[in-house]
Amino acid sequence: MSVASLSGQHLLSIEDLDAEGIEEILEVAEAFGEVEKRSVRKVPTLKGKVVASLFFEESTRTRLSFETAAKRLSADVLSLAVASSSVKKGESLRDTVETIEAMGIDAVVLRHSSAGAPEQVARWVERARVINAGDGSHQHPTQALIDLFTLRQALASAQGRSSEGSGLSIFDGLEILIIGDIRHSRVARSQIQAYTTAGATVSVAAPGTLLPTDLEGWPVKVVDDVDEAVRHADVVSLLRMQEERGSGSFVPSLHEFTMTHGMSEARAANLKPGALMTHPGPMVRGIEIASRVADDPRCLVRQQVANGVPVRMAVLFLALSSSSGGEDG
Amino acid sequence: MAESLVLRGGTVVHTDRLAREDVLVVDGKITGVGIDIEAPSDARVLDASDCLVGPGFVDLHTHLREPGGEEAETVATGARAASLGGYSAIVAMPNTTPAIDCAAVVAQVLTLGRLTGIDVQVAGALTRGREGHSLAPMAEMAALGVTMFTDDGMGVQDSGLMRRAMEYARGLGVVVADHCEDEALAGTGSMNEGSLSARLGLEGRSALAEEVMVARDLALAELVGCQLHLLHLSTGRSVELVVDARKRGVDVSAEVAPHHLILTQDLCSTYDTLFKVHPPLRTQRDVDALRLALADGSLDAVATDHAPHPPQSKDRPFADAAPGMLGLEQAFALTREALGGASADPIRIFEVLSRRPAAIARLRTHDARLGGHSAHGGDVEVGDDANLCVVDLDARPIVDPERLASRARNTPYAGRVMQGAVRHTIARGDAVVIDGEAQR
Repeated sequence: MSVASLSGQHLLSIEDLDAEGIEEILEVAEAFGEVEKRSVRKVPTLKGKVVASLFFEESTRTRLSFETAAKRLSADVLSLAVASSSVKKGESLRDTVETIEAMGIDAVVLRHSSAGAPEQVARWVERARVINAGDGSHQHPTQALIDLFTLRQALASAQGRSSEGSGLSIFDGLEILIIGDIRHSRVARSQIQAYTTAGATVSVAAPGTLLPTDLEGWPVKVVDDVDEAVRHADVVSLLRMQEERGSGSFVPSLHEFTMTHGMSEARAANLKPGALMTHPGPMVRGIEIASRVADDPRCLVRQQVANGVPVRMAVLFLALSSSSGGEDG
Repeated sequence: MAESLVLRGGTVVHTDRLAREDVLVVDGKITGVGIDIEAPSDARVLDASDCLVGPGFVDLHTHLREPGGEEAETVATGARAASLGGYSAIVAMPNTTPAIDCAAVVAQVLTLGRLTGIDVQVAGALTRGREGHSLAPMAEMAALGVTMFTDDGMGVQDSGLMRRAMEYARGLGVVVADHCEDEALAGTGSMNEGSLSARLGLEGRSALAEEVMVARDLALAELVGCQLHLLHLSTGRSVELVVDARKRGVDVSAEVAPHHLILTQDLCSTYDTLFKVHPPLRTQRDVDALRLALADGSLDAVATDHAPHPPQSKDRPFADAAPGMLGLEQAFALTREALGGASADPIRIFEVLSRRPAAIARLRTHDARLGGHSAHGGDVEVGDDANLCVVDLDARPIVDPERLASRARNTPYAGRVMQGAVRHTIARGDAVVIDGEAQR
């Protein structure tokens, strides 16, 4: 199902993209990153287009990031607080989406607590493009793209060169360790696919209950010794404990999770020279990451947030470009 | 009744042989079986050439949704769908609203069933309100002719209560049927547990959740000595457990649903809720094991688990959508496909769709009570009640959801080519389906 380019397509999963498709998004994001530096941080690219942000699950940063991205592209933004309205009144997801599409929209940015909702919505809409802003424990493709973009910039900068036009070769053979609640994490699923597509090798570390029930076919190595794995990783990706998906009941206590899998100052001290850390946010300081580690310059969490806007601008721009037509639902 | 009709040109599927014979039906009974049989001049002639003629099918597992869920199905529409599927009798599951857990609701559904063209039997709930806390009044339901009890939709989770239900059922001489899924293991899962569910980010319902419950029910039935029927088995391991228990003398029968013989979990990968069902669609390995078990007799019957749902119950995120799919109208062709298609043994087809389920539901003899019914699953001999079905082996219809008789549209088979079709259905002596068209 991979397509070379996002142009004119939905973005439902990282699986929709191959390496070239990912690279294209990163390059467009680099260009939009330049817009951020101008005095008027706005381009007319999507003038006249309507982007609906449909968040069926609480979110602050992802929503703001997408809406900011759409506004920088001069799109009109319809922001619908569906979590608190029609759904509570018993309307089916399909009716909600069809109603909103009837208002005339070009793109739906969808966040939902249920896996697969964006794929279902993509079947139900007639012409709008659907951008997955996180669905249950399934996928969060823009977060993985932001992580790639941020890492590429940081790694290139460490080598004293520009990330623009650098392709994905910087990820070749890179060892990335993802620690935390893999089972419930949509970020981890997207990261694993994005990193391996880019050429990196991925290991995961989690308490036994927070690993997916069956990892057959996943391009990952499961590591049991977190301390040892931390010593060898080029990049450590930390994940939030997702209390809203019940991950708290999968470990005896959050304190114990912090002890076995948290990025403590002691663990951070064992990182290789030049190693980096990412976190998709929101961070819970003192649980998966010690407060001082969160503020450590090797932790890229703030750059990730900042890069959210240009990467999402690139995604919206490409998905709404008309190279493959807009009528092929 | 009062109609006489003759089925001409077909091949009759007896219990142990096939024969090129006509079948004459007069006043609800088979009055003649033979070559070029003489019929009264006013007898309606139904063409059965190139067809198999056998006993009408019996579905052990139909959700009719009435009372309470009439938007999805009613007794009348479900019975019509059943007749189009070749069924002359169906057993309605008790997970209605209210549940069929007392004589009053049993009587309501039986009375509605009497207004249809086929025999509608009822399965009663094992526990009050199907809540799994206390025994339902099984004796008062049995007095109306109910012979099978189950909380289908969910298994009885409390093993102590299940033991007590089996002990009580043994005393009444009725069958205990169970939906085998341990809810603590199945949890909030919405598809088969495995690498696919993990990739899709959907919680899984493990094969183990079913197998643990199957093992428990078999152990309890062995201890108590009650007749046990296992609903919709979906894994190869479940069948192995049944075969082992039978060797030890446990009185157990087991059914399989058409979808578990035809479809696999891979269909869930687009999050199409039409493919959500409990127990879930499993792997190709399970499908292969179930097909073998159906052919060799390890599994007794195909039962549809026909589960109608209105669109608003399916147009939801996968995890929130209602589980279940339609099955009555395609069961014959799917069973034939599962048994080998063109090479399927006609005798086995009629065993698993008619004779064995009729025996399990105790529908092989006439019963004059309110839940009374004619005799089903016979040998197609003179003197039998005329419950017959005529299936065309050469027809290759394509399933069109819009043309289903069911009120619901949640078929997982849309666009699929069926390996055969029901041409006529005779129920209680009347032609309720002629040339694939429902007559009432």
